[in-house]
Amino acid sequence: MAKDTAPRWDRRMQQRLARGEAAALGELYDRFAALVHSQAHRMLDDEDAADLVTREVFAQVWENPEAYDPKQGSMRSWVARLTHRRSVQRLRHAAASRYETEHGEGAVPDPEELERRVRSATSAARADYIVSSMPVPLREALELAYIHRRDYRQTAADLGVTEDEARRRLRLGLQLLSTASARPLEGSAPPGYGRVR
Amino acid sequence: MNGDGRESEGGEEVRGARRIPGPRGAADDLDLASVPLPPLPPPGGTAPDEAVPDQSAPKPERNEPEPPAAKPERDEPEPPAAEPEPEESEPPAAEPVPGPGPDLAPAPGPDAADGGPADRSPEPFVSSAPVDLPHQVLKALLGAWALSACSAEETAAVEDHLTGCAPCADEALRLRDAVGLLHTDGSLDLDPTLRTRVLDGCFGRRPARIPVPEWAAPYDAETARLDALLRDIGDSEWHAPVRLQWFEEERQVSRRTSVAGVIGHLMAVDGLLSAALGLDDPLDGGGAPLDPTERTETYWSATRRPPTRAVREPWRAQSHELIRTASFAGRNVAETSVSYGAFALPLQDAALDRAFECWVHGGDIADAVDYPYPAPSAAHLHRMIDLAARMLPGALAGRRGTGLAGPAKDLVTAGAPGRSLHLEIEGHGGGDWYIALDSPAAVGAPERAVAQVALDGVEFCRLVAGHISPVEAAAGQEGDREAIRDVLFAAASLSRL
Repeated sequence: MAKDTAPRWDRRMQQRLARGEAAALGELYDRFAALVHSQAHRMLDDEDAADLVTREVFAQVWENPEAYDPKQGSMRSWVARLTHRRSVQRLRHAAASRYETEHGEGAVPDPEELERRVRSATSAARADYIVSSMPVPLREALELAYIHRRDYRQTAADLGVTEDEARRRLRLGLQLLSTASARPLEGSAPPGYGRVR
Repeated sequence: MNGDGRESEGGEEVRGARRIPGPRGAADDLDLASVPLPPLPPPGGTAPDEAVPDQSAPKPERNEPEPPAAKPERDEPEPPAAEPEPEESEPPAAEPVPGPGPDLAPAPGPDAADGGPADRSPEPFVSSAPVDLPHQVLKALLGAWALSACSAEETAAVEDHLTGCAPCADEALRLRDAVGLLHTDGSLDLDPTLRTRVLDGCFGRRPARIPVPEWAAPYDAETARLDALLRDIGDSEWHAPVRLQWFEEERQVSRRTSVAGVIGHLMAVDGLLSAALGLDDPLDGGGAPLDPTERTETYWSATRRPPTRAVREPWRAQSHELIRTASFAGRNVAETSVSYGAFALPLQDAALDRAFECWVHGGDIADAVDYPYPAPSAAHLHRMIDLAARMLPGALAGRRGTGLAGPAKDLVTAGAPGRSLHLEIEGHGGGDWYIALDSPAAVGAPERAVAQVALDGVEFCRLVAGHISPVEAAAGQEGDREAIRDVLFAAASLSRL
């Protein structure tokens, strides 16, 4: 949303964190904890692991607030990238240790299979992020059509817009969402999280 | 986006978007060849959605009267030129998704994904000539088509078009795959204790240079807890009726308001602390009353009715600003006097009092919208109980002055141990307190205890909040009956709107 990607809020938050303001960390948590936790949960499908990633991400932000570069995008997208990176690490680690448990010490899971899992988890988490960041009119239209199972004419009526507009919103929303499955380059942030370094 | 009316606010968290499942495997893709074809729609002018009545049990929503606009698209031909081209607002093109060949069909809706009745599964048009719609119109329909949100005739027209138009077929695959990323998963509430664990973990790695003062910690925790609840409730729940209860003139009274009204009440009274810290008072202009009830009434009558969820943001901004200002001022302001009109508290106690109110009203709101709302952490609850225990001798003296409490029996010199009641609080946040009975100047002391009351911590707080009457307060009681009665009634009298 425009108001929370406002660069002013981001820069001020960064300064306050750098200054060591505990209250700023609390505010950062209040704003982003649900994002971080649900992204991690979507990636890892495990409550404890998501808790752990949440702790790691906030610790990383708190210890290195200067690592945030406002020119690279909003603080929100930065936090989402950190979350993604931590979750991928944890996913790989968990898969490797589970495989070792099942197949004996030193056994390594099929790297391709692992990459597939990382990719599909990434797409799922990125899609969540995209839906949460898309303009509200698009999100509302998708919600009506997908969750409430309204056809586009009913969607138009519910939203008080023309049928043209309802069709346009559904198509645009899905177009945005479809960028979630774009295959990320190795080691870089996926496009859904803002500009790639 | 979600279906239960809970909506994330401001988009700052993905909470509102937790409907997105992992991509479905190929097995979930609807393969036209493997789907038994539905019977042909009966000829004639049957509404498209009713064309295949026997396919599955339709969802109630689908039975709602179709809007009159449900006439076939061809009745309102759109000149292609008038169609706004969405190209320029399209997202950066993702690389084409290698779609699984020719099984072009809209993605199944959520029910289909669950194996439930797919009442909106595509209704493959079998053989009759599809309606003749221009390319631009069909292209604009692709999103609705991928979501199975257009009529059977339009679906057929789109699918017919896709066999001959490669760009549309590409996009159709991409959009259909995108639908697979949507989901209807239930909400996942954050564990409220996670906040403390996360923040403590951070401060363990890098100590805060400007910490939140110890005395403001309960207020910080309780406002965050209430805020998390508010984030999760839907627009309509903000209007859910809430009955605020307190104890006045020796009996329980109540006042009806809404969830949003309660937040307005909290904000109006928290404003006393803002003013004490030199911040803006939410009741603008000088001369705003100090008495909490009057402040609330002033705020309620000045506010646009009925208050909505819009009140959350100013309330939260105010509480964040209070915590931040208190952090910078730290020790210097802990003793700053905050006047409530009829009485005053040092800021550190006022912050604790506000934390207590925030929890109590958070519980009122949670009851109204049917949410669980646990008690504060043991450490914070202990301090809230302690504040009430420290206020009791003054309340007893006030009541004695108006004849509501029995006369002092044994006045001692200031600072000397006086007749006391042993308040034994059990469980979470509990402990032992000795309440001086005859004068606030006396000191409560175990050796001078004439009575004992045992109560659960949360029960005691409910008594202090006026949520249970002193007569109901199921307490283990022993000793001087008058002392016990006076203390329980004095505890209830601490409550207010």
